[in-house]
Amino acid sequence: MAINFDKALGIHADALRLRAERTKVLASNLANESTPGYQARDIDFAASLARATAASEEGGLTLDIGAPDMKYRVPNHPSADGNTVELGVEQAAFSQNASDFQTSLTFIGMKLRGLAKAIEG
Amino acid sequence: MSFRDIANIAGSAMNAQSVRLNTIASNLANADTAASSEADVYRARKPVFAAVFEQKGIDATGLAGAKVQVLDVVQSTEPVREAYEPDNPLANAEGVVFYPNVNSVAEMTDMMAASRAFETNVEVLSRLKSMQTALLRLGEE
Repeated sequence: MAINFDKALGIHADALRLRAERTKVLASNLANESTPGYQARDIDFAASLARATAASEEGGLTLDIGAPDMKYRVPNHPSADGNTVELGVEQAAFSQNASDFQTSLTFIGMKLRGLAKAIEG
Repeated sequence: MSFRDIANIAGSAMNAQSVRLNTIASNLANADTAASSEADVYRARKPVFAAVFEQKGIDATGLAGAKVQVLDVVQSTEPVREAYEPDNPLANAEGVVFYPNVNSVAEMTDMMAASRAFETNVEVLSRLKSMQTALLRLGEE
């Protein structure tokens, strides 16, 4: 029985990449907090995941981060200068995303420790 | 991975916010700088920000981030304040001196907004650092 590292890590490696990319999108939103006309964007993680699940044929689940579902954020309270960044919303999303990144990292760490145990016996 | 891009984005925002703080400091410092003609009087300055959408990463898989650029620093077109002060050495022939169109209250609130925005980006950088450190420790016990 061969050990396939890609399969062993499963979806977590892709999830980690997607979350790192999402960090960039959210950082862009926070950076452009006072840029007139800037429209906040985000990745629809659930849609990306659903599409990946539907597309996966042979067990392995992969997220296609080449074409993630980028959407514009709908502001709770539109501002006069056309900027749709809401600081609280973005800060919360950024914080949550950082925790999700940590979670994916922890999962990968656990998988790697399991593999190491299997190899060492 | 796009950690370098994120650091660049947060850095561009910090730069833009410090330009904004710079103009605010300049406006507040010159709030009472009188002049003898309307052309010479100091006018409030404001930076104009614009988003710069970057191209996708080299491997064409990354998402496009957006940096902040300071397009220009423009002068306010609000009317300047005129005061009749014949004793003022800067007064013109009619005894009028001109004061800048700086709104101190608006500048103070703008200063708070700018420093909060700056702090937000510092926080982004520090979270980024902890994410990167955690990633580098992957596989260690």
